[in-house]
Amino acid sequence: MTGVDPVTVGLAVVGGTGIACGAALAVAARFLSVKEDPRIEKATEILPGANCGGCGYAGCADYAKAIVLNGVAINLCSAAGEEVLALLSEMMGVSATAAEKRVAIVLCGGDTEKAVRRFKYNGIADCRAAHAVGGGDKGCSYGCLGYGSCSRVCPTGAIEITANQLAVVHPALCIACGACVKVCPRSLIKIVPVSRTIHVLCRSKDKGPIVKKLCKVGCIGCTVCAKNCDEGAIVMEGTLAVVDYARPLTTDVVIEKCPTNCIVRTETEVSDKS
Amino acid sequence: MKTVRAGSKSNGGIHPAYCKQLAADKPVVALPLPALLAVSMAQHLGAPASPTVKKGDKVLRGQLIGEPAGFISAAVHAPTSGEVKAVDGVVTASGRVAPAVTIVPDGEDQLDPACRPPADLQALDAKQLIGMVADAGIVGMGGAGFPTHVKLSPPPNKTIDTLIVNGAECEPYLTADYRLMVESADAIKNGIEIIRKILGARSLRVAIEDNKPAAIKAMEKVMARLEGDVELVVLETEYPQGAEKQQIFSVTGREVPSGGLPMDVGVLVENVGTAAAIWEAVSNGMPLMDRITTVTGTSLKNPSNLKVRIGTPFSDLLSHCGGMPPDSCKLICGGPMMGLALGSQATAVSKTTSGLLLLSKKESVAFTSSACISCGRCVEACPMNLMPNELSQCLEAEDYESAESYDVLDCMECGCCAFVCPARRPLVQHMRSGKAEVAARVRERREKAEKAK
Repeated sequence: MTGVDPVTVGLAVVGGTGIACGAALAVAARFLSVKEDPRIEKATEILPGANCGGCGYAGCADYAKAIVLNGVAINLCSAAGEEVLALLSEMMGVSATAAEKRVAIVLCGGDTEKAVRRFKYNGIADCRAAHAVGGGDKGCSYGCLGYGSCSRVCPTGAIEITANQLAVVHPALCIACGACVKVCPRSLIKIVPVSRTIHVLCRSKDKGPIVKKLCKVGCIGCTVCAKNCDEGAIVMEGTLAVVDYARPLTTDVVIEKCPTNCIVRTETEVSDKS
Repeated sequence: MKTVRAGSKSNGGIHPAYCKQLAADKPVVALPLPALLAVSMAQHLGAPASPTVKKGDKVLRGQLIGEPAGFISAAVHAPTSGEVKAVDGVVTASGRVAPAVTIVPDGEDQLDPACRPPADLQALDAKQLIGMVADAGIVGMGGAGFPTHVKLSPPPNKTIDTLIVNGAECEPYLTADYRLMVESADAIKNGIEIIRKILGARSLRVAIEDNKPAAIKAMEKVMARLEGDVELVVLETEYPQGAEKQQIFSVTGREVPSGGLPMDVGVLVENVGTAAAIWEAVSNGMPLMDRITTVTGTSLKNPSNLKVRIGTPFSDLLSHCGGMPPDSCKLICGGPMMGLALGSQATAVSKTTSGLLLLSKKESVAFTSSACISCGRCVEACPMNLMPNELSQCLEAEDYESAESYDVLDCMECGCCAFVCPARRPLVQHMRSGKAEVAARVRERREKAEKAK
């Protein structure tokens, strides 16, 4: 049977379907579209884009959405500087004072020169894996293992593992996202206000004589610091001195009097980077 | 009763040097009382027991010092009489800190009068027997330490038709179960009869690997008196045939489903040591206070099989066997394949310590690992049909979702993959830390789902 060329039929059918669907989509886009607040996109652009999750939301876009739609506070981003805050406050019409910058600190000072290791660990170079092998090779079962799990999860490269196997945070780079806090198998990392520079760099709950055997810079629970500072600024938890970061602590006496030098003043190398 | 031979049916597996001759012919001797016993409250799977004594208390041998805290938990008893020196934490072989009761023995070894034989052994029913097993604090003595009374009370919708008694002892170097079968076959047989009475299982299989002819002979002799569908299965020697799931497959041909338990295929497996402990508990009313431990190693002066009190520090075992030779490098709790390297000699014997292995510098070479060359040997060796190559790479990249989809949770850490890996990759360690991470994620997901309900 001669008739219409099958190629033409094919073209007509496919082309026709295409045009019909296109028209339907055009109509749908016109009437069924969801209007998204343009401010969400703008806020996402303003935010630093580190996607660290430190604000408690799943990345910067999610936080931007929460700011615009739910009126969440605009000063939750720890990576944002004054400039970002000013832009956000201008856009949202709310004023907010920047929350004090906070930084992470590793509460251990026992590197390989100061703290003993119990055995030679020859496994995967990861703190969580090392911690699971006989409780870790470090003599002190509370101290920093120094295999760099925290350093690897840090989105800004703020944690350095020193040549002597100890994790140290550079406050200028830290955005206090808390990723390192979650990954440390020994819960040694704490997020503190950046103005706080006096710290007890020890988390050992062992008794004094044991600490002394294991580490030169461990807290032996002598209570001298707790007695020589403002009431409650340093409290004793068993045989461990713990800084209460909610109370002011300024006196250098505690640093001078600490017999094992485990109370230190960290450098204030924070520059305003925003 | 008949003796049958069974070839290895399970996939994978390896043939390491067994080195059992070091201690195989050494009869079990009792180790003298140590100066100090540190009895951990976490010698079993599940919740640690909670101590029932305090500092300064006088305890008698067999007295309860830790009561089970939860459904999956086990009682702990004083291994000798003496004074409680402290109730605090000790580091266990796994490196975790567990609550423990430290006892200074008074040397009298006075037995608690509550530990006495039952008036009429035959009159006891299954429920009473399970109660006695629970009171004695018996756990799986093959290594996992699952509380036996929980295992012996399967839910009513599961029927157990076959009881397998595991005398394979496939782990190299260890001879504790072997010596027990050779020397105390009667106790094992009696224990088996108790378990059969509790379970009412129709069939009984006793599985022993063919590299233990003396044990096969001894068990054959005592089992001749057993009635019903009873077989002594002589297995072709292969590691890890003593593992529960592999053994079930080799003996019955049944495959335990992924994530399932032996009772899902109507089987229950008990170690020979557990059977003997059950007999001791039921016939004499004696709780689990000691066990047979193989102390071995090529460099050790005097490898031995010792009957030791739970809580004895490993240093005592070593000094009894001639002390640590100067070229010692690694001390392992358990066997070389699945044992845990120890950080200290002060760690104490627990209910699951089947051996203590000392390796010299020459034997414990530290390899450097390199990238996976995709040779597939680990896939061939894996008795669980997993792909350790893929898994280790997922876990190295911290891709826990993929690791879960590759069934990392089915890994039993037998070490076959790492044994054959030519790139010397730390496969087992990857699996171990990966399993912990994946299990935590699964738990979190389940909790979230439950909250959402």
